[in-house]
Amino acid sequence: MTVRRTTLGGRTYEFASLSDLLAKATPARSGDVLAGCAAESAAQRVAAQVVLADLPLATFLEEQVVGYEEDDVTRLILDTHDPVAFAPVAGLTVGEFRDELLTWAAEGDETSISALARGLTPEMVAATSKLMRNADLVAVGRRARVVTGLRSTLGLPGRLASRLQPNHPTDDPVGVTASIVDGLLQGSGDAVIGINPATDSPARTVALLELVDAVIRRYEIPTQSCVLAHVTTTLRALEQGAPVDLVFQSVAGTQAANRGFGVTLDLLAEARAGALELGRGTVGRNVTYFETGQGSALSADAHRGVDGRPVDQQTLECRAYAVARHFEPLLVNTVVGFIGPEYLYDGKQVVRAGLEDHFCGKLLGLPMGVDVCYTNHAEVDADDTDTLTLLLGAAGCSFVIAVPGSDDVMLHYQSLSFSDVLTARRVLGLRPAPEFEAWLARMDLLDADGRVRTLTADAPAARALLAAARP
Amino acid sequence: MTVTGNDPWAVLRAATRARVALGRAGDGLPTARELEFRLAHAVARDAVHTPLDPAVVRAGLDGVPVVEVRSAAADRAEYLQRPDLGRRLAPGCALPREGADVALVLADGLSPRAVHEHGAALVTALLDRLTGWSVGPVVLATQARVALGDEIGAALGARVVLVLIGERPGLSSADSLGVYLTWDPRPGRADSERNCVSNVRPPHGLGYAEAADVVARLLASARELGASGVALKDEGPALPAG
Repeated sequence: MTVRRTTLGGRTYEFASLSDLLAKATPARSGDVLAGCAAESAAQRVAAQVVLADLPLATFLEEQVVGYEEDDVTRLILDTHDPVAFAPVAGLTVGEFRDELLTWAAEGDETSISALARGLTPEMVAATSKLMRNADLVAVGRRARVVTGLRSTLGLPGRLASRLQPNHPTDDPVGVTASIVDGLLQGSGDAVIGINPATDSPARTVALLELVDAVIRRYEIPTQSCVLAHVTTTLRALEQGAPVDLVFQSVAGTQAANRGFGVTLDLLAEARAGALELGRGTVGRNVTYFETGQGSALSADAHRGVDGRPVDQQTLECRAYAVARHFEPLLVNTVVGFIGPEYLYDGKQVVRAGLEDHFCGKLLGLPMGVDVCYTNHAEVDADDTDTLTLLLGAAGCSFVIAVPGSDDVMLHYQSLSFSDVLTARRVLGLRPAPEFEAWLARMDLLDADGRVRTLTADAPAARALLAAARP
Repeated sequence: MTVTGNDPWAVLRAATRARVALGRAGDGLPTARELEFRLAHAVARDAVHTPLDPAVVRAGLDGVPVVEVRSAAADRAEYLQRPDLGRRLAPGCALPREGADVALVLADGLSPRAVHEHGAALVTALLDRLTGWSVGPVVLATQARVALGDEIGAALGARVVLVLIGERPGLSSADSLGVYLTWDPRPGRADSERNCVSNVRPPHGLGYAEAADVVARLLASARELGASGVALKDEGPALPAG
């Protein structure tokens, strides 16, 4: 283990390990305090950033924060690292890499940024993000181009898609359909119509899949459905011949945390193969969907790496992206304020984490979206989520999540509303996914400027969609 | 379902408790809808942050002995960020080792308001049903997490601890009380070793008598099994939907 040190203002700062250096360099957040790895002073944090800036990027190929032998995520990261893609930046330090990214971003050089993805490891990207300010994360994030598709195309420039999340406390088909109709009428659902089921029963999952599939077919909507059940439940649904567009799973950045989720890389591969076999795509073949979130490893007490030392939650979050990346996802989103104030305490921490996760995910080649959300015991409110949403829109975020009136009546937290998505699109000049936009036009849901119109219930489109909601 | 009147959007509203068919002002929410949402959030926030007032609970308990303790979390901000501290007693908290069967803990949790509104009534309903058990004093715990009950139960020498705790407020339920049963309480018990009865908040959620009946059945089963948690199921009649 290499001890690294620097002297600033007459004081010497020492960092016992690579994970210690990364943790101390991380912008303040409650989860790292809880894990016992946060910087102990503001000056120590900057000192760690100073040391990190001089660290060669290649260090992360030689020195691990979570051991290769004991962790399959580390093995996946190193065994799939692409030295050719890494070559253009192989000689840079972390600080120099930040400068290079900002330069490319300013030049609009999406190709150079996007071509790096398979050459970068999560730890490299996490380290770089720790040296970046929020505006840096936006400026570079918007130039990392990741385009995916199944029945709609996501991640194109100038677009902001949304997942329509029609959750219901008892998975009642009529209630779910009402929320779907409400969202469609407001231009949401181009990323996916994705339901968190109230229970993980295979029969329920199949029923919900069939329900959404019927709505999609009836109105010929160019989007995909997903029931966010455990991957083993989706495998059962696949066996039963259910219309599975997307295999969903929550994933985390250590093997131990994934074990806590009941997930292995083999299971994910098997389910993906099953969904691919169905051939349900029209514009692409991305058939997986992953959710992540800072703090998930810590909450499972699976956040330790080499020598049992805690790894900071943002670095672990980036490692989860390596898992997701391996399965060529259509969608990945971080759930940024759901887990609670012991991981991200207030609006400042949530905004920062949302921008970090988007930047890091995109740089690693993920179709990154964000569930911009909060719980009632966090120091976060709708002003904070407005701020993050508009920043994410500026950062080229692939998609956000929207629920009726911001209020998820099943999961009991607040995400964005359908109108929040419309506001972000309007303010930033962003549009829905192209296939979905064409569908909105066919349904006469757009005004002359191509914006989702304010509906009256007797408009033909409203009448047609409301018909779906009649029991 | 019958939809009456001239509002076609009523179809959607009748179908779900979700906030559908809110209408829009431009791309935003109309003022009235916006303020409704804001009020729901404000009520939930107040439920989290208004401190537990022991006098309110004592008044409702009408002479039942009460002992007050607090966790190692110094204030609300620390409580919210350091769940580990909320699971430990503050130094100097003294509890009499009386050796009663049942330790009853009333904990503020994430909604002191739930304890204000339902705590005393649920304790009374429980005491009515715990006739075959000796019960210690009601321990009123502030800045408390569920697992604080393990240390309290162990200190009292109880065979089982019941933690009645304010649940995380939702937008439409800021006053929900939960009951956690842990057999042979001692620090280090896992969540999988507990049983929970959730959403006690009449008239919208579970009533006091119904909740107390379930807890009494769970207690009896736990005594038989000598354990609580995943191995223990409530075999009583199905609960009405909350």
